[in-house]
Amino acid sequence: MGRTDNFPTDGAPAIHLEQLCRHYRMGETVIRAVDGVTLAVRAGEFVALLGSSGSGKSSVLNLIAGLDRPTSGSVIVNDRNLAQLSREELARYRLRTVGMVFQSFNLIASMTLAENVELPMRFAEVDRAKRDSLAREALSRVGLQARMKHRPSELSGGEQQRAALARALINRPQLLLADEPTGNLDSRTGTEIMNMVRDFNQQMGMTVVMVTHERTLAERYAERLIFLADGKLISDEANSGVIATAEAERGQR
Amino acid sequence: MKLPDLAELAVRNLRESVLRNSLTTMGISVGVASLVAMLSLGIGLQQLASRRLMKSGLFDTVVVTSRRDLRNFNREEERNGPAPGESRILDEPTRQEIERLPNVLEAYPDIRFITELRYEDKAHLTMIAALPASAKSTDAFESVKGHFFSSETAPEAVIQKSFAEELLGRTPKPGLDETNVAELAAPLLGKELTMRYAQREAAKTASSAPAASTGDEGMAGAAYSVVSRELKLTIVGVADLDPESMRGPTRARVFLPLKLAESLHVMQPTDLREMSRSAGDQPLYSSVSVRVKNPSQVQAVEDAIKKMGFNTFSILDASKSIQQFFKVLDVFLGIFGSLALAVASIGIVNTLVMAILERRREIGIMKAIGASDGDVKKLFFAEAGAMGVLGGIVGVALGWAIGQVINLGTNIYLKSQSFPPEHFWAVPWWLVGVAIIFSVLVSLLSGLYPAGRAARLDPVQALRYE
Repeated sequence: MGRTDNFPTDGAPAIHLEQLCRHYRMGETVIRAVDGVTLAVRAGEFVALLGSSGSGKSSVLNLIAGLDRPTSGSVIVNDRNLAQLSREELARYRLRTVGMVFQSFNLIASMTLAENVELPMRFAEVDRAKRDSLAREALSRVGLQARMKHRPSELSGGEQQRAALARALINRPQLLLADEPTGNLDSRTGTEIMNMVRDFNQQMGMTVVMVTHERTLAERYAERLIFLADGKLISDEANSGVIATAEAERGQR
Repeated sequence: MKLPDLAELAVRNLRESVLRNSLTTMGISVGVASLVAMLSLGIGLQQLASRRLMKSGLFDTVVVTSRRDLRNFNREEERNGPAPGESRILDEPTRQEIERLPNVLEAYPDIRFITELRYEDKAHLTMIAALPASAKSTDAFESVKGHFFSSETAPEAVIQKSFAEELLGRTPKPGLDETNVAELAAPLLGKELTMRYAQREAAKTASSAPAASTGDEGMAGAAYSVVSRELKLTIVGVADLDPESMRGPTRARVFLPLKLAESLHVMQPTDLREMSRSAGDQPLYSSVSVRVKNPSQVQAVEDAIKKMGFNTFSILDASKSIQQFFKVLDVFLGIFGSLALAVASIGIVNTLVMAILERRREIGIMKAIGASDGDVKKLFFAEAGAMGVLGGIVGVALGWAIGQVINLGTNIYLKSQSFPPEHFWAVPWWLVGVAIIFSVLVSLLSGLYPAGRAARLDPVQALRYE
């Protein structure tokens, strides 16, 4: 538990959860999906949220993503409390600050890869001419330059997730949130995706929060492993092996 | 999101489910078409009616009569108006005074009398009316065969086609009268008519008037004699004029130039009543027709003439209620037309609500990657709007086509019934614009609820289920 209350001086907390609660009312009963989580993540850190299904890890991720609002407590990202933002401000936050990837890729089926990657730029009102070249660039970075005009259904799972990654990063977010990104992939393509995520984390200094139930995956990539159960934080461990390589990598830059 | 992007996304979304969206758009088209069809029928009928009425020449005409005249048009005014003693007589100086009023084109006396005409030694008794030179330009004499009077004083006559038939000893065949005017005119043009009439001459003494009785209430001095005269007239034209038309020279079947008719001093029915006032040769008019520059000025001219102390009558009073009738008709037709559009708008709501259910996940994704509520709302609005624009354009075309078909059908029927073809249908440009705008507005209104619902969709819920 050492690292949560002992930040390195180089990184102010990019994400700060304070007594975060998200309760759902289901008829008479109240489901405490997130129940008093306090957590700080430094800028540039790669954090894994672990837990069995129903542990509340995805709910925490959605709260950080600004897709959901806490019942109580606060989510502070870059000194802004998401709980106090308007719907409009929250949408802008999702557009500019956050990139998301999902287990089921969530590409829009009726659009080509290029159009999918372009979509966040449409919402951000980027010029059309600029959009084309940026989308091309993003897709070549994930090795899909030849697949730009294809629809998601014509691609393999790994390719789809790479496209989703390109889309998540197109508006240059500071925060990459990944919800079981390898859940629908075989281990080889999963590794491929995770290597990319790690590269973005290390080369661009992007903060990564990944939700997973695979401990081995988390141990291979994340600097910190945070375990949740029944909506509560039960442990927060530094992953020394990864930290060493990550710091070596950062040192090189 | 910028407008071009919005439009592009909307169109691509519409193309994703082509069948459903085109059916919905067809629904709007039918709605717009019925609206356009109904309203253009209303407008067409109104135009037909006003065309017919304008042809009659009555819309720009005010008929002026003396208040002393028994044949007052306005009974109310007769009771409330000035006493007969104050009222003025209608004579030549008054006519000139009226002619000098602003917006008055001309004022001419209505001269008409019944007399005997001889053609090839057969006598025909008929109503004769005088026409001013300006009558030539009215639609009533557009279809005259031969020509109009060569001058205001020429001893010429234009005869009405039923009189032409009478002269030639033919019996009129109903339904076929449109075609045989030329045929009637051919043997008559240039032929001579002999008119026998009674001329009024001012007499020095009452006793010297043999044919007319003077006033028997001691009004000596104001007397005249009546002399029988003959005048040879050349038939110059045969007019295809409806003798029942409401225009000034009502029921007259032979027309003479106005100045010629005036110079004849034909005995008028009013002479018997007005003789006490008649000063020598100065004629008195039973009524004067005043032509106004523009139908919209009729009211003002009427008021000015009433102030002078005369009774006036114009068809304007009648046309007001006709216009009102058509306004009401348009409203009713519009309401019936709109009903179909209302049904179509339910179709839009249904289609878009279905689209929300279907695209639930897509909306969730868009929100997750940064779409605001406004973006989602605008997208659905744009889709509704696009359906409205397309439906409006197709609908106007469809409505126009329906109109053409009905017009064609009606005219075929009219032809079989020996009536001239008519335009019942008019689609003015403003109606095209209004119909399309209306269609877009209705579509946007229908999109209001679905768009709001899509915008409020919870992204976590939307993304949860596969």
